[in-house]
Amino acid sequence: MTYSIVAEGLVKRFGQTVALDGIDLAVPTGSVFGLLGPNGAGKTTAVRILATLLRPDGGHAAVCGHDVVTDAHQVRQLTGLTGQYASVDNTLTGLENLILIGRLTGQSRAQARARARDLLAAFRLADAADRAAKTYSGGMRRRLDLAASLVNRPRVLYLDEPTTGLDPLSRNEMWDVVRGLTATGVTVLLTTQYLEEADQLASEIAVVDRGTVIATGTPEELKARTGALTLAVRPADPADVPTVTAIVAGFINAEPVATNTTVTAPVSDERLMPAVVRRLDDEGVVVAELTLRGSSLDEVFLSLTGHRTEEEESVAA
Amino acid sequence: MTTAMESILMDSTVSGNPGGGGGGGRALTPRVGVVDGLRQTFSLAWRTLVQIRHNPLELIDFSVQPVMFLLLFTYVFGGAIGGSPHAYLMFALPGIIVQNSLFTTLNTATGLSTDLKEGFFDRLRSLPIARFAPLAGRIVADLAKQTWAMVLLLGIGYILGFRVGTNALGVLAAFALVLVSTLAISWALVLVSMLAANPEKVQIFGFVVLFPITFTSDAFVRTASMPGWLQAWSKANPVSLISDAVRGLMVSGPAGRPAVESLLYAVAFTVVFAPLAVRAFKRRV
Repeated sequence: MTYSIVAEGLVKRFGQTVALDGIDLAVPTGSVFGLLGPNGAGKTTAVRILATLLRPDGGHAAVCGHDVVTDAHQVRQLTGLTGQYASVDNTLTGLENLILIGRLTGQSRAQARARARDLLAAFRLADAADRAAKTYSGGMRRRLDLAASLVNRPRVLYLDEPTTGLDPLSRNEMWDVVRGLTATGVTVLLTTQYLEEADQLASEIAVVDRGTVIATGTPEELKARTGALTLAVRPADPADVPTVTAIVAGFINAEPVATNTTVTAPVSDERLMPAVVRRLDDEGVVVAELTLRGSSLDEVFLSLTGHRTEEEESVAA
Repeated sequence: MTTAMESILMDSTVSGNPGGGGGGGRALTPRVGVVDGLRQTFSLAWRTLVQIRHNPLELIDFSVQPVMFLLLFTYVFGGAIGGSPHAYLMFALPGIIVQNSLFTTLNTATGLSTDLKEGFFDRLRSLPIARFAPLAGRIVADLAKQTWAMVLLLGIGYILGFRVGTNALGVLAAFALVLVSTLAISWALVLVSMLAANPEKVQIFGFVVLFPITFTSDAFVRTASMPGWLQAWSKANPVSLISDAVRGLMVSGPAGRPAVESLLYAVAFTVVFAPLAVRAFKRRV
């Protein structure tokens, strides 16, 4: 297998804050690789280093074999960046924005214009081509951002939280676009705070916490390790919590989490449910609430790290 | 969607990559050539000028505003300060040209600050373009705006009765001196824009500093009418020196000495603020 992005021991500090504490990554060529983690985990910092916008304080990284520090110009010719921090000019029209980038990357006037038109059509922005970007809706803006990063035909594309702040409809549209990209052989590095997004799009995921990678694998492997589903049982009588904990523990590998009223546990197989119900019934526990739902990122974190995600201030800026 | 997308990216390996063998075999250039860097600078200058088309307020900012200043100063203050509007116009037009150019440097600073804040600068820096192009592009665009404003002021001034006392060469030299001087001073504003958190703060800071500096010069009134302590400052004020030089080059009077002193100021500003601005620029982005 060949790798388009390889990072080893990336370290980045901002004053006292350690944003990256030795990140290792190996992104297979042609794959969608998900970098999953909460705010402040270091995802954006990692992307900014890989896009040559930041210099690492330690470690090194290469894109298609070119070092991001010493061969930055080569890396920039191969990569495209879309996300919270790479934007378009709001006062220019969609068409002008794309033409500008085409011209900057060495296309002739005619080439730049033709390419801009093609991209606007592909992203369903043709009707808005001559409107200023500041009049675009959130979803249209993200699509224009993405189109802008494709003008120079990148081999590697960074998508930094492409759907954060989008409504569900726009988010689904964005997902379709990203799936469309993967069919073309482009390598995509995607950062996200949403487990579901990584699950939907990525063929491989690295979970990032406090500047380090704490788990990697396919979505299936991660789910098997952490439980894609969360089982929650709330007995009618809080005094039954220890009994319920013991019962649930009998079905899973991990330790269930018990509060005063509720027991939760990560599970990977929904067929578990009837068995749990039977055992609870056998033990005579009256259940007030019994649910099986998709795990949140918070719950995956809890099972991987033993602590909940911290909504820290993003240190990436 | 998927098929459209495929064609968009697939043709990349065909038409976008004539020399390479597809995939990662695309021909890469080792660095940005100087000619390419200049071309990119002009593309980015174009972008700044195109913004005007979409933002008529900006057109007012650097077209209507200087003309308004010219009319107000000539007809409202002119009689009181210079004896008659015409006499004052002959004195004040060079000063208004300098004042207007100086205030235009604020555009450079607030524009840079906006680009930084909104992430457009990151987009530019992620592209394989010369590192100096984003900054240089904005400066070139603002020099173009200044040239336009100077021509406009001179034209309106002519209609109001201003007459060039020297010759075309003198006028060109005056314009060149103003551009060189304000370019040097704009380094200080670039530094401010890198240190300030947002464009509004840049605007406020610039105004608080530029306004008193301009009005304590002899751009609008003769230094002799000021109290002694202010005269001392006014005579050393770079805005006074540039205004004197422009007067000498466009109307009459000595131009050599104030021109040389203006250029020395320009060198000093560049030597002090350019490295600081570039350093702050590298840290910020």
